[in-house]
Amino acid sequence: MKDFNYHSAKDSKEASKLSSSNSAFLAGGMTTIPSMKLGLASYKDLIDIKNIKKLSGIKVSGKSVTIGATTKHVEVANSKEVKKAIPSLANLAEGIGDPQVRNRGTIGGSVANNDPSADYPSACIALNATIHTNDRKIEASKFFKGMFETALKKGELIEAIEFQIPEKSSYQKHPNPASRYAVVGVYVAKHKKDINVAVTGAKPCVYNDRDLSKALSNSFSSSSIQNMELDSSEMNSDIHASAEYRASLVVTQAKKAVDAC
Amino acid sequence: MASLVGSRVERKEDKRFLTGKGRYTSDINLANQTYAIFVRSPHARAQIKKLDISKAQKSSGVVSILTGSEIAEDKIGGLIAGWAIRSEDGTEMKCPANPPLAKDIVNFVGDPVAVVIAESLEEAKVAAEKVSVDYKVLKAVTSTADAMDGDTIHEGIDKNLCFDWLLGDRQKVKEAFEKADKVISIDIINNRLIPNAMEPRACLADYNSASEEITLYTTSQNPHLSRLIMSAFGNVSPEHKLRVVAPDVGGGFGSKINVYNEDIVCSWAAKKINRAIKWVAERSESFLTDIHGRDHVTHAELAVTNDGKFLGFKNETIANLGAYARVFGTVTPTYLFGPCATGVYEIPAAYSNVKAVFTNTAPVDAYRGAGRPEATYTIERLVEKASMELGIDKTELRMKNFPTAFPFKQTLVHTVDSGDYVAGMEKAKQMADYNGYEARRKDSESRGKLRGIGVSSYFEACGIAPSAAVMSLGCGVGLWESAEVRFNPTGQVTVYTGSHSHGQSHQTTFAQIAADELGVPIENIDIVHGDTDKGTFGMGTYGSRSLTVGGIAIVNACKKIVEKGKRVTAKMLEASPEDVEFKDGEFIVAKSNKKKTIGEIAFACYLPGVRDEMKSPLPEGEEPGLKETAFFDPSNFSFPAGTHIAEVEIDPETGEVKLEKYTACDDFGRIINPMIVEGQVHGGLAQGIGQALYENAEYDETGQLMTGSYMDYTMPRADNFPEFNIGYTCTHATTNPLGVKGCGEAGAIAAPPTVMNAVIDALGGQEITMPATAEKVWKACKNLKKSNSKAA
Repeated sequence: MKDFNYHSAKDSKEASKLSSSNSAFLAGGMTTIPSMKLGLASYKDLIDIKNIKKLSGIKVSGKSVTIGATTKHVEVANSKEVKKAIPSLANLAEGIGDPQVRNRGTIGGSVANNDPSADYPSACIALNATIHTNDRKIEASKFFKGMFETALKKGELIEAIEFQIPEKSSYQKHPNPASRYAVVGVYVAKHKKDINVAVTGAKPCVYNDRDLSKALSNSFSSSSIQNMELDSSEMNSDIHASAEYRASLVVTQAKKAVDAC
Repeated sequence: MASLVGSRVERKEDKRFLTGKGRYTSDINLANQTYAIFVRSPHARAQIKKLDISKAQKSSGVVSILTGSEIAEDKIGGLIAGWAIRSEDGTEMKCPANPPLAKDIVNFVGDPVAVVIAESLEEAKVAAEKVSVDYKVLKAVTSTADAMDGDTIHEGIDKNLCFDWLLGDRQKVKEAFEKADKVISIDIINNRLIPNAMEPRACLADYNSASEEITLYTTSQNPHLSRLIMSAFGNVSPEHKLRVVAPDVGGGFGSKINVYNEDIVCSWAAKKINRAIKWVAERSESFLTDIHGRDHVTHAELAVTNDGKFLGFKNETIANLGAYARVFGTVTPTYLFGPCATGVYEIPAAYSNVKAVFTNTAPVDAYRGAGRPEATYTIERLVEKASMELGIDKTELRMKNFPTAFPFKQTLVHTVDSGDYVAGMEKAKQMADYNGYEARRKDSESRGKLRGIGVSSYFEACGIAPSAAVMSLGCGVGLWESAEVRFNPTGQVTVYTGSHSHGQSHQTTFAQIAADELGVPIENIDIVHGDTDKGTFGMGTYGSRSLTVGGIAIVNACKKIVEKGKRVTAKMLEASPEDVEFKDGEFIVAKSNKKKTIGEIAFACYLPGVRDEMKSPLPEGEEPGLKETAFFDPSNFSFPAGTHIAEVEIDPETGEVKLEKYTACDDFGRIINPMIVEGQVHGGLAQGIGQALYENAEYDETGQLMTGSYMDYTMPRADNFPEFNIGYTCTHATTNPLGVKGCGEAGAIAAPPTVMNAVIDALGGQEITMPATAEKVWKACKNLKKSNSKAA
């Protein structure tokens, strides 16, 4: 790991001011630190945002659950409010990584990193989330741009994520047996007006599977997607799973999710 | 005094390990030490056109940078193969030189080309990045199956063939096959594994310029052997000026048998720079440069009669040695593999033919089981297939071909001294509720799942090994073991063993044995190992040999102590030595109430005199002191055996395999500490099941390791396993006084075929390669669905 300057910001404004083209925000550090240790990334400045009190915490209103960016996975997993309002979201948090990761990693870090196999981006898409930054509000559907790419500008900091409470929802993943990241994870959410089937792991970036959600809009049951075969041409293929297998897993996990709703 | 042998004595080493007081190599720091970073080849095969260290030398904190040129100038020897194997045509095997730092050519990703030594680890890392190497990249050979058709990697080694070895009689096999009703054949791949010891390799070399002694702290399973190799072949230092210390070592599984490049380079360089040098592998270096295991491609055939008698067996295997042949690299796919390939069966004719090939991958060597898992996988997959094709129950077919009389002269090499394979099978069936399986299968089916049951019976040859026998087969050393038992004047005992514990709990097991032999409380017995300056030369720990060879040396040394004690007692109590009996720590003169405790005798041996009395308590000619050494060379291997049964449930939609039940019924002879044996069985099973379902080392065609981290290499975890159902049958070994057999490797040997037989049973007999990943199984489930719908 190369030497870097460590800063602890007292508020979002200071964090933003400290940032440059050669800096990174540090919350849990679950991706940033290993990347630096492996020499895959190096920064002149690391700006720690963990001590900004305003960025952490969970608020539930009648229609939404808002989670501060530096809230840890374990806090979401254990939150009585989240469990009551959107149990599938608490469930998702409980399945991220391992106890060490869940006790360090944060929701804002996961969303900002947009790893193609991360769990939280699918929750954002499925639960019609709004990403609150220090500058604006961004709809989830416009936030995730591509592999490790988001709509965030340089120096823009996620402050909170607001999830719409669905009528029913479930997240089901097929984990990679080695890393336990999602080979495919499917988040199904039935809202009053729409149904989202958010898929992570299958393509370079999380996406909302319109074919599946359309089929489910006609009839919200697993039998309505039972024999669907998805186009695998844009799906990821690696030593753990071929595109064809991933396409099949999307349907399988979607069925499981619908059954669990 | 109650016997400790056979009881669940809590581990003496646990206090140290569980409270963080272990002392591993990387815990040791010396004043003024430097830090080494190795510059490694990023290419699988390349010529080194130019190596420029000028920029790196100017980097902050650099003490020295050494390359293959200096190693060659100083005539430092390379790494060696410990067994010379002869080909079927009588020619000797062909091995390339393996310099500790590559000078002209690199042969696998991770092959070291230079070492950077600096004042701090950070400075060494920064400087290492500034070493510039100009490589001419050459086409790599990575595939085991195709290695003989690839470019020649090592000059003068045609077809990349190290040897083409045969064990058995081709003509007899041909005749047996001509008589067969049916020939069952199988093509299998034994997947490459990475050992993944919890503690990565490390070394710390220190040089004392006054005494001219090098001290090397290293993660070794056999420090004495390492010292011998480094002196005799490495030319690092004369043996008496080299001390090798292997302190607490966090797992080896065979990967720490070898002397590695870093051991030799750091020892040599420490003398050169007259400073201590520390090197600790990063996990990614472990993945790339620790020896790997297995990697066979096999075609095997079994000739059978319609009623299920085995007539003949043949096995044609290509074994990947990786880039170089290392210590156990050449024996693992030959004498540790071939003799066991006929399994626990009476098969009148058999042969094993092994072609060992070099490729541009990490060296392959002994990994838990070493050759015997590959052998057992071959025969047990074949027998399972035979049971399907003949329509004979898998357990009945096996029992039909078990030997019934012992000693059992096994087809190819071994004479198995003891065993009862039928009893093992029957107990395993009962433990696993084999007869109730159909109901469980139906239950799975009702939930849309596929269920399979798999059996495998194994024997293995461990407790290596009789010296004369192994040296006649090409081994470079004898495989006896030493022990030294020292009494202190005040009665406590220190036992020095040439074995090495890196997780095997010798501190407890060996103390139990010595406590019983000497009648001394276990808390007064210490076991010392792992330091060439402490105790006698010994051969170390691998091949499940510690107890069956090293443990017996301890017993024999204790017996010598007792003999001396009898002589001294006789003198002191004015009796004849023949009349002195020893029991529970007391020397008793027969038919009298006269006795001495072993503590009193020890005291008398060290203080052989009393004030105002000229008479010594020692018999005339008896030396003072109480210390005895024994060397034990076994007369045969040890042959544990057993039957394992697994049940899996498969989700056909995802292909996920869930191991539902696992039963292991083993015969390890007499068991010293059941708790420790259970731990060994658990560990072996975890690695064996890991091979069957999860682990796989994969190189791409350019020789880059695709599974070089835990993100991609699937280590099995606790939640992958059911509660193991473990039981034993017991026939004592007749070739050692304790009646013990090895237990450390059994799980890793038996589990792969057991689990794969269950998976393949669930898949209706479809062949599938290890590891049975979800995707492979999913594809097989799709085929099954297609063929079922056709049948319907």
